[in-house]
Amino acid sequence: MKMITAIIKPFKLDDVRQAVADIGIQGITVTEVKGFGRQRGHTELYRGAEYVVDFLPKAKIELAVADDLADQVVEAIANTARTGKIGDGKIFVSELSEAIRIRTGETGAEAV
Amino acid sequence: MDEVTQVSAQVTELAYALDTFYFLVMGALVMWMAAGFTMLEAGLVRAKNTAEILTKNVGLYSIACIMYMLCGYSIMYPGAYEGGVFQSLATLGSGLLGSADNSADTVMAGDAYYSNLSDFFFQVVFVATAMSIVSGAVAERMKLWAFFLFAVVLTGFIYPVQGFWKWGSGWLNAGGFLDFAGSGVVHMCGAAAALAGVLLLGARKGKYGPGGQVNAIPGCNLPLATLGTLILWLGWFGFNGGSELKVSDVGEANAVALVFVNTNMAAAGGLVFALLLSRFWFGKADLTMALNGALAGLVAITAEPLTPAPIAATLIGAVGGLLVVGSIVTLDKLRIDDPVGAISVHGVVGIWGLLAVCFTNPDATLKWQLIGIVSIFAWVFITSFVVWFILKMTMGIRVSEEDEYEGVDLAECGLEAYPEFSAAAE
Repeated sequence: MKMITAIIKPFKLDDVRQAVADIGIQGITVTEVKGFGRQRGHTELYRGAEYVVDFLPKAKIELAVADDLADQVVEAIANTARTGKIGDGKIFVSELSEAIRIRTGETGAEAV
Repeated sequence: MDEVTQVSAQVTELAYALDTFYFLVMGALVMWMAAGFTMLEAGLVRAKNTAEILTKNVGLYSIACIMYMLCGYSIMYPGAYEGGVFQSLATLGSGLLGSADNSADTVMAGDAYYSNLSDFFFQVVFVATAMSIVSGAVAERMKLWAFFLFAVVLTGFIYPVQGFWKWGSGWLNAGGFLDFAGSGVVHMCGAAAALAGVLLLGARKGKYGPGGQVNAIPGCNLPLATLGTLILWLGWFGFNGGSELKVSDVGEANAVALVFVNTNMAAAGGLVFALLLSRFWFGKADLTMALNGALAGLVAITAEPLTPAPIAATLIGAVGGLLVVGSIVTLDKLRIDDPVGAISVHGVVGIWGLLAVCFTNPDATLKWQLIGIVSIFAWVFITSFVVWFILKMTMGIRVSEEDEYEGVDLAECGLEAYPEFSAAAE
């Protein structure tokens, strides 16, 4: 199994959710996060005075998927979340050693 | 009494009642400006200083009312009391002001066309307006009780003296200085007191960095600031509309209507041009500048809302809107920290409004407008500076650095405006 963590632009969240649902993913976890990458922050003006926004708002989504679905999911997220402009975000894929469905006690790929 | 005389007497009494009613309703609208200032200031400070600015605003309003009753009104209008200044204190026991109201005979004789108490009510809410201007400029760092003590002096003494010069038929009035509803007497007066306070108080921590750096400290609630501005806009119809003092004949009714229209147009002109200037200067439409622009338009037209045509009123307001944006940026360059732009809106644009009278009112002279501006500013600034200075040397006017960081809500009021929200980052 793989754990896929993606940091994306918040306005792309609905599209990404739809895209992974179309593949057959049955659950994702979403967190509102802030951070910076190569995009860095940006400056804004308030009453003529500059202020720096160091951390930009992003959406973090986490999905646990079976190994054979992982590439497809990564591709779907990347294609959907891409605008081509700086700040589109990143996708991290890591090995997932175990998953347990709490209600039934199922484990492994059955549980994700 | 024959029938004609009787009807004529009734008409006179009705006119008296109408003018009094109009005066009272206009005064009530001006009272509501206290809500406008309160919401505007609450929106433009940080959340941790909101409860304290609310306390300041309700406190200063009430202090202004009491001080103006005790001595302010009698200083400003010595003729209103037999025996003049401080007579009001002596008559406290026998129904303050009330005993002096008009009898039907006085009204029939044509010596009075509205209730004396309605005049007091209309005047008292003006003083509160002047003091409201100060609270925004010194927000987020001034000690609450030092501010209240200053409010006692400004509303009881400083404001009434210069008010007497103009509206109490003093020397400025005799010379020919024109100020219809108080661009100078109310607005520039408040701004001059605020400027003196800000100079002695210093900027908020973190507002200015080394090498001329100006840091933004965004306000916490722009919906409140916008509501506050619209409330002020509404209240201003009373402020200027009521200053015509009479509505009960065709000429006066038309005059009041024109004042309403011009007041509204000036605000619109001020808002649009402040918004445009901030869009082209800063790249984005700064709402807070637009709000200040509307208020600048209102302040600008207050000195003379009766003689301009509506298009001229719009232009006078528009110039106010442009001036206010430039003034806010300039004051920041000079490191004069005014969180809500009060000194720019009421001071700089107040001066513009007084000068603009010369464009539309043939009775105005540039010389006397300048004399009025200089004398009112000098009187209020110098006396305020002295009072602030004495407060600074005795009880102190600024909260500790730690209290400022934690927020004056907890330090001064022991409560928070929004206790159920997690604290926002600096």
